[in-house]
Amino acid sequence: MSLSESAVGIRGEAMVPLSHYLILGAILFSLGVFGALTRRNAIAILMSIELMLNAVNLNFIAFARYQYLPQTTIQEQVFALQGALQGQVFAIFVITVAAAEAAVGLAIVLGLYRNFKTVNVDEINLMKW
Amino acid sequence: MTLKLAIFYVVAAFTLWAAAVVVMGKNIVRAAVALIFSFCGMAALYVLLDAEFLAAVQVLIYVGGITILLLFAIMLTSRIAAKAARVVNDQVVLSAIVAVGLAVGLIYASTSGFATTSGPPRLRETAPFLGWALLTKYALPFEVVSIMLLAALVGAIVLARKE
Repeated sequence: MSLSESAVGIRGEAMVPLSHYLILGAILFSLGVFGALTRRNAIAILMSIELMLNAVNLNFIAFARYQYLPQTTIQEQVFALQGALQGQVFAIFVITVAAAEAAVGLAIVLGLYRNFKTVNVDEINLMKW
Repeated sequence: MTLKLAIFYVVAAFTLWAAAVVVMGKNIVRAAVALIFSFCGMAALYVLLDAEFLAAVQVLIYVGGITILLLFAIMLTSRIAAKAARVVNDQVVLSAIVAVGLAVGLIYASTSGFATTSGPPRLRETAPFLGWALLTKYALPFEVVSIMLLAALVGAIVLARKE
C-alpha cells in the first residue's frame, strides 16, 4: 500500500514512484474520453482516440519498468528482461495498430466529407428519425 | 525533490497542457500541433522510463506519420471560409461527469491495487532484447500485425481514392 512513497533505486537515487505515471496515464485517458465524447469534428475525435492510446502505452511501459526484479545470473537476467519487456512489446503493437487505425479512419472521414460536405458528426444524421 | 522527479513534473505538466489543447482547442490545426507536442512529451516520459527505443519509435511513427496524416486530412476537409463553429456538442456536461468519474476510478484503482515494488535497477538498452523477443517469443503477433498493416494500407487506399 506504500505506493506513494518513492522507491530508492540500486544507486540510492530517489525514483519517480509508479503511482505518478499511473495517475498521469489515467488523467490523459480521461481527457481523451472527454474529447471523443464532446468534439464535433470527426478528425478531432480521432485525435482524442490517439490520446487515449498514448495513455495506455504509458501505463504499459511504466509497468514494464517497475515490475522488473533483479536476477543473479546473466541467463536469468536475460529471461527476466524478456519478461519485463512484455509491456514494451505490447506498446509496440499498440503503436502499430493505432497507425493502421488512423489511416483507415481518416480515409473514412474523407469519404464522409465527399458525401456530406461536412465533417461535423452531429450534422451527419441520415439514420435519425 | 531530485532532478528526475523535477523533470518528470515538468514533462507531465507540458503533456497535460498539450492534451487539454487537443481536447478543447477551437482551431483544429492548433489542436493537431498540440497533439504533436503531447506525443513529444510522451516520448520524453518513455526516456525517463528507460524505454529509449520506444521513445524513438513514438517520435518516428506518431509525430512523423500519424500527425502528418491528420494534417493532410484537416487540409482536405476544411472549409476555408467557414465561420467559427461550435467546438463541442450538446453532451458536454454529461461527458465531463463521465470523464471525471473515470479519472477518479482509475486513479483509485491504480494507487490502491498494486503492491509496492522494490526499487528496480536501471534497465539495460532495450532494443536488442526487444528485437530478440519480437522474432522468437512474439513472432506470431509480429507476422499477424504485418498482415494487418497490409490490409489497412489496401483498405485506406480503396476508401480514399476518387470514384
